[in-house]
Amino acid sequence: MEKKNDKLFIIIAGLIIGIIAAGLAFLGNPKNMGFCIACFLRDTAGGLGLHKAPPVQYIRPEIIGIVIGAFVAAFAKKEFSSKGGSAPMTRFVLGFFAMVGCLMFLGCPFRMILRLAGGDLNAVLGLVGFVIGIFCGIFFLKNGYSLKRTYSLTAGEGYWMPILEVVIFVLLIARPAFIAFSEEGPGSMHAAVILSLAAGLIVGVLAQRTRLCMVGGMRDLVLFKETRLLWGFIAILVAALVTNLVLGGFKFGFAEQPIAHTDGLWNCLGMLLVGFACVLLGGCPLRQLVMSGEGNADSAVTVLGLMVGAAFCHNFGLASSAEGPTPAGKAAVIIGIVVVALIGVVNTYVKAAAAEEAA
Amino acid sequence: MVDARGLSCPMPVIMTQKAMKSKEDYYEVMVDAQAPLENVTRYAKSQGYNVEVEDKGGEYLLKISR
Repeated sequence: MEKKNDKLFIIIAGLIIGIIAAGLAFLGNPKNMGFCIACFLRDTAGGLGLHKAPPVQYIRPEIIGIVIGAFVAAFAKKEFSSKGGSAPMTRFVLGFFAMVGCLMFLGCPFRMILRLAGGDLNAVLGLVGFVIGIFCGIFFLKNGYSLKRTYSLTAGEGYWMPILEVVIFVLLIARPAFIAFSEEGPGSMHAAVILSLAAGLIVGVLAQRTRLCMVGGMRDLVLFKETRLLWGFIAILVAALVTNLVLGGFKFGFAEQPIAHTDGLWNCLGMLLVGFACVLLGGCPLRQLVMSGEGNADSAVTVLGLMVGAAFCHNFGLASSAEGPTPAGKAAVIIGIVVVALIGVVNTYVKAAAAEEAA
Repeated sequence: MVDARGLSCPMPVIMTQKAMKSKEDYYEVMVDAQAPLENVTRYAKSQGYNVEVEDKGGEYLLKISR
């Protein structure tokens, strides 16, 4: 009985999130981008001037809402606790390269679902890569991969991320001269601040309560034959698909999809990198954002890694555009896959060898 | 006893899964957060075990038995 409720809750939450996400695209957000954690962190990094790519600069209230929503939900349920200390730099690097993969594909796992729900077949190749990447991560998990334990930290530590989001919100509203907002391109397309913020808050609360995670679904199915998180993934897909069909946002095919390119190999490899890095991190970008609101400093560092990664991608021409991937971006994805694999090896085998020596 | 304190998911469940390969009737797992508490409980139940949770002030002792 308890188990059934569990599954029902995440399905309902997924349906709500799917409708909100598809709906936001009709309220002003870019097409198939009601939500995209990677794109929105990238836009926010641009809004703050960390990169100067004119089309992708805007402080996205959805991000602020998710962190604050997760914070409030965790706090209310007495789940908020300041903790961290589990391989922070490794997590930063994994976050950095997860973003490199996302911006090769042009979307995080969340937007991959929304692109699928919008009929964008390029996302199917992304999904193939994503699943392969998850299997790569699972290989290490099965062989003992771990980033070691987190510890309780001083009470203030966990508040940094929620505080940071409040500060960023003030910057969004006050908009001092050093804050840059796009005048054209995806960054200029956005729903009203209040709607975006409300959507973020709802998604933040639901994602915190359900532990929703886009990589967790496939991972838990393979590891434990556990389907709960996968149901969340499927519910978002179904709800967004139906919403798109009803509102006329569905366009089937490969060519001329909104904010997407048709290079199948690199869509696949980009998401492979994302799936791989996220399994080693223990959660997708959305989940990292939610946990950063729950007081988890390791996830907060991961989010910073994602943002710095986004800034690098746009400062050094690594990010793809509708025209396709860039040579530098391809090189960065390959380097990313190698680095993530090395992180897997070091934290699986080297550590195990050291433990054997000690014994 | 499996000490999964401070470990994030899926590590606590993997450790529990590995321990439970010995097919004994009783296991104890220590966790210190809600998500692993729920996930280990869910896994143990899916394997046909009962789970009793003892709250030790922020840490939880899961008594898994059948």
